[in-house]
Amino acid sequence: MPLTPDDRRQLYRFMCLSRAVEDAAWALAGQGRLVGRLYTSHGQEAIPVGAAYALRPDDVIAPMYRDMGMHLVRGVAPVEVFAQYMGKRGSSNAGKDSGLHIGDMARGIVGMISVLPDSLPVAVGVALAFKLRREPRVALTSFGEGAASTGAFHEAVNMAAVMKVPVVLVCENNGWALSTPPEREFATAAIVDRAPAYGIPGVQVDGNDVEAVHAAVAEAAARARAGGGPTLIECLTMRMRGHSIIDPADYVPRAQLDAWAARDPLAGQRERLAAAGLWDDAREAALQAELRAEVDAAVHAAEAMEDPLPGDVHTGVFAA
Amino acid sequence: MSTGSAMRTLTYHEAVREALWQAMEADPAVFLMGEDIAAYGGVYKVTAGFVDRFGADRVIDTPIAENAIIGAATGAALVGMRPIAEIQFADFIACGLDPLVNMTSTIHYRWGQPVPLVVRAPAGATWASAGPFHSQSPEAWFAQIPGLKVVMPATPADAKGLLTAAIRDPNPVIVLEQKYLYRRLSGPVPEGEHVVPLGRAAVARPGRDATVVAWGSMAFKALEAARMLADGDGIDVEVVDLRTIVPWDRDAVLASVARTGRAVVVYEAHRTAGFGAEVAATIAEDGFADLDAPVVRLAGLDTPIPAHPVLEAAYLPDEHAIADALRRLVAY
Ligand SMILES: Cc1ncc(C[n+]2csc(CCOP(=O)(O)OP(=O)(O)O)c2C)c(N)n1
Ligand SMILES: [Mg+2]
Repeated sequence: MPLTPDDRRQLYRFMCLSRAVEDAAWALAGQGRLVGRLYTSHGQEAIPVGAAYALRPDDVIAPMYRDMGMHLVRGVAPVEVFAQYMGKRGSSNAGKDSGLHIGDMARGIVGMISVLPDSLPVAVGVALAFKLRREPRVALTSFGEGAASTGAFHEAVNMAAVMKVPVVLVCENNGWALSTPPEREFATAAIVDRAPAYGIPGVQVDGNDVEAVHAAVAEAAARARAGGGPTLIECLTMRMRGHSIIDPADYVPRAQLDAWAARDPLAGQRERLAAAGLWDDAREAALQAELRAEVDAAVHAAEAMEDPLPGDVHTGVFAA
Repeated sequence: MSTGSAMRTLTYHEAVREALWQAMEADPAVFLMGEDIAAYGGVYKVTAGFVDRFGADRVIDTPIAENAIIGAATGAALVGMRPIAEIQFADFIACGLDPLVNMTSTIHYRWGQPVPLVVRAPAGATWASAGPFHSQSPEAWFAQIPGLKVVMPATPADAKGLLTAAIRDPNPVIVLEQKYLYRRLSGPVPEGEHVVPLGRAAVARPGRDATVVAWGSMAFKALEAARMLADGDGIDVEVVDLRTIVPWDRDAVLASVARTGRAVVVYEAHRTAGFGAEVAATIAEDGFADLDAPVVRLAGLDTPIPAHPVLEAAYLPDEHAIADALRRLVAY
């Protein structure tokens, strides 16, 4: 199904919302107003947005810690994001965990943990259940190129391939795994080179092109839904900030940042929309004003929420 | 056991660095492997500058692969190397637990080959919202595995001396460095060779009225509690810093309890089946005649370690909780 003009504008809007939320979060973290450490998707917003937008509402995502856009597309409101970042009592993790570890099966979101990439085998299990129940649903999980060095990656992808479960595997290759470049994580030229070794289709896309990511995920999801099993999608992008807010990332060459700055995914989509006559300065000004207001209101609403109470520490270890 | 060398004041972090540096200088078989440890110097910068001095062959950045790091370190140890593996956070040793549990720990028992290997990892809570996956204190996981030694230094001098002993030990040794103390705690450290034998506790503070047995950050907190009680309550607390979890110094603990007649065991790991349960049971079994009050455990809760500061504070024992426990014990 080709993207309608409205879809194409929505993709742009979600990327802009993601950027606005993360810019605000960055500022709040710098002021010590967030709980825990902040990791953002600056520069790679096209991947979570494009990927999540290609799914159906009853599909399930198991995102990684930079996937702000996936949460937003699934309907997580900015106020929920800030409440989570502030560890508020009414947030997804209620202050028990932090970061973008939001989980909500009602909206098909598997909450991640820090240990990499532990959501990957879990996503395979979600997909296995869909297959066993013959439901036309898919699971999508995302992970960094560094996380693909783990045994968990290999076991999960191999099992997914053997069982032909409906899972979409999205690698966000952003050039760095903390301070480690890809050539010290793997000896092949690309992550996607592994796909044939697992016996599954693989495709590499420009991770800064939201429509290309969307197309690749839509195709993989359609194949999975039709019983065709997993697909490995490698999205090439660049981590434009430090690994986390406390990482100055002085190991990243200036030239690499400059080259990728010229390929900003938001600017790229805006220019494409403008060229197609779907966007102009007036729309842009209105959108930015709207997002600023939405994010400001979300920050204020989240800050007004109640903090956890000491006794909350005991609750929830077991389900009733 | 220090060979006539001057004392300087170092942070805990500097002391760890010095032990590693001196071991690298002294023995070409010693090498480091781990994630982001070379040019980046590790997430806590423990190995900053090492690659410039010792080269990329001895300060090796690995892929994100804890299972392979620990397994490969084991293999290198079998053929005469002295690997020191850094796991970025102790929580992630879970991804490399299988070789430790089933392979590395059983080799000497099964076929007589020593495995001189050190796994270093920053462990413990930070009192700074590190949350469930960057705060754990996993000493009891390893204490259940015969064949692994476990140390948890609580002072800069011990951070150097125990790590040096671990590197020279012919067995796999897990060194759980206390990230809470890295830059918070300074103390005198011998400049030259400094070895603290594994398996010996230290009386960190002598006292008459009650014994606190603690390790890692909790030994630090117990000393604060002891100072508070000495100043404010006239209670004279003896703090026994266990230092080594496996093998642990029963004699020192029982001797202290024989002097004071009262014991609190403090640990920040989860209470149930934590290592403090072993210590408390041993005191009850072998020190019963010396006890004037039941042995008390004070520990982390049986919950994941929460992120929000309000919840984290509710999870962790602190100096006030330790002092309260001691007041109650002395009044028993
Ligand atoms: C099993 C495990 N080992 C180490 C870490 C510490 N760590 C957190 S993020 C990270 C780098 C991940 O890089 P990548 O997978 O490429 O994702 P990116 O941060 O670049 O998006 C590391 C080493 C971890 N979280 N889990
Ligand atoms: Mg990466």
